[in-house]
Amino acid sequence: MAPAPTERDLRLDLFRGIALWLIFLDHIPSNAVSWITIRNYGFSDATEIFVFISGYTAAFVYGRAMREHGFIVASARVLKRAWQIYVAHVFLFAIYLAEIAYVAHSFENPLYTEEMGVRDFLQNPDVTILQALLLKFKPVNMDVLPLYIVLLLWFAPTLWLLLRAPSFALIASAVIYSLTWWFGWSIPAYPRGTWVFNPFAWQLLFVFGAWCALGGAQRLARWLNSPVIFGFAVVYLVFAFSIAMTWYFPRLGAFVPNFVGEAIYPIDKPNLDVLRILHFLSLAVITVWFIPRAWLVLKSPVFWPAIVCGQHSLETFCLGVFLAFAGHFVFTEVSNRLLMHVIVSIAGIAIMVAAAALVSWYRRVERRGPGPRPPAIKPGYAGSDA
Amino acid sequence: MTGRVLLSLALLMLAGAANSQNLAEHPAECRVAEQLIERDFPLPHVTRALAAKRLNILVVGAGSSQLPGPNGVKNAYPARLQNALSQKLPGVAVTVSTDVKSRRTAAEMVKTLVPALAAAKPALMVWQTGTVDAMQSTDIDQFKVALDKGINSARSAGADVVLINAQYSPRTESMIALGIYAETMRWVALQQEVPVFDRFSIMKLWADLGTFDLYSATKKLDIAEHVHDCIGRLLGDLVLESAKPDEPRAEGIR
Repeated sequence: MAPAPTERDLRLDLFRGIALWLIFLDHIPSNAVSWITIRNYGFSDATEIFVFISGYTAAFVYGRAMREHGFIVASARVLKRAWQIYVAHVFLFAIYLAEIAYVAHSFENPLYTEEMGVRDFLQNPDVTILQALLLKFKPVNMDVLPLYIVLLLWFAPTLWLLLRAPSFALIASAVIYSLTWWFGWSIPAYPRGTWVFNPFAWQLLFVFGAWCALGGAQRLARWLNSPVIFGFAVVYLVFAFSIAMTWYFPRLGAFVPNFVGEAIYPIDKPNLDVLRILHFLSLAVITVWFIPRAWLVLKSPVFWPAIVCGQHSLETFCLGVFLAFAGHFVFTEVSNRLLMHVIVSIAGIAIMVAAAALVSWYRRVERRGPGPRPPAIKPGYAGSDA
Repeated sequence: MTGRVLLSLALLMLAGAANSQNLAEHPAECRVAEQLIERDFPLPHVTRALAAKRLNILVVGAGSSQLPGPNGVKNAYPARLQNALSQKLPGVAVTVSTDVKSRRTAAEMVKTLVPALAAAKPALMVWQTGTVDAMQSTDIDQFKVALDKGINSARSAGADVVLINAQYSPRTESMIALGIYAETMRWVALQQEVPVFDRFSIMKLWADLGTFDLYSATKKLDIAEHVHDCIGRLLGDLVLESAKPDEPRAEGIR
């Protein structure tokens, strides 16, 4: 296998940063600004981008660790990362508890007696908090991190296989994906139902990202530069766009032949529908076509805000979830005018950028260490997020 | 769903004048949501019941189909539906019976459906569901199965079906993930050719336009009663429009 490129691909950070912004915008309920996010114009959404790029960067960072320091050290690193994410998730859960407890005590409206049943779980916190710690009870919009944790827990052996037999590892991942669809594998949730993002299905995108990072992208280069593939991608995006328009303008639905509707619906997000994968891949093909890796503009200050967010994805993601809670709180307590939606959305992204910049600064300071001479640590290895 | 609301805002401006005639009978606050009433599928049993001058409706629902208080039953949307239909249908005996109990999932409602249908002998079953399923995060497949089962039971009992989705509840929006349940309901409705009364989008439009303050923390019932009254009226419109015999459907502005 060709050696993986040693310099971090800024396009990954850029698009992961943008994906984090979109996830934030989508997580504020009824946010008018979320009208601009990609989920409204096709089948896939920012989650696909996030999971793929996370797989890519995880392989990039831990792949090098595994080559240089062996399986044990790399696995330990991966597990440490999974632990960090777990802690972050629990922290977010605490914030969620605070929010719901506040609403439970401050809100009363005879119209919504049924809906106020959401606070029932506060009556037996022994069960719910335990279930939350076991990642079985997951409040709204807190499903991505548990998925990430499970993907990382399984990542060390996957990476081991990817480094030795990349094609085989990718095929194995696709087989698990197919078997998941065939047998309906899933992870149970509390109080009932299953995980919103089924790890058995979503691992495919994560492993595919990792495969691309470890040389797969070069292998695909011939395909990615083919005008035929580009054409397919464009046609598919146009198709997805036209279907998406029928969600908002139901009258257009009359133009969709019945057999098409029968074939595509329901588009299964928990199990990462094939239509969603294809949509993501088409987006990726077009992006790679127009934005070359060495594009100098990537280093310009225009893209810096998104790139810095993408480079500190865990912190930015968690902050985004918190800010989405806070944004919703502003809508309900202060104002729900369109202007407020715009202000909250822009302010939220600005805060995410500022926080990412701060984390970035901290890392630089810590790396410099207390001594007079900075210890030599390779960039993109110890310092960056996977 | 935001899209649908935005669309209807746009349509309102375009079509307000054209539609003002048939809107005039409604109290002002309801009118704004009229664009969201869909008339996609016929209700043949209701059409026949109207011809026979006797219309029985069974409302099956959970907590959001009722109001608290001594006048709760009288002011909740099932009774308001009966009122609205009676006014619009002089000479037709309209009865609305209810099987409403809070905190029930779709599957739980289906369990008692057959005896309830046998007792009420309705030409139409109005089925409000989805909120409790979303709150308890019922498995989506089980929710879908329950919807299909309920619709089939109603059909074999000789009744048409209108589905009602969840309420728009701004305060709890970040805590109840309604999306996938609403989408599943829409998908089942499309497959089964059943109209959906899109209560969510209608109430969202009311909130966006400031028709009703759905944010207020209050114990007072006035807004809740208004909302239910409007829902009853708009639901009545949906039933009548869908059951209209011999008229091309879904041609006008929706």
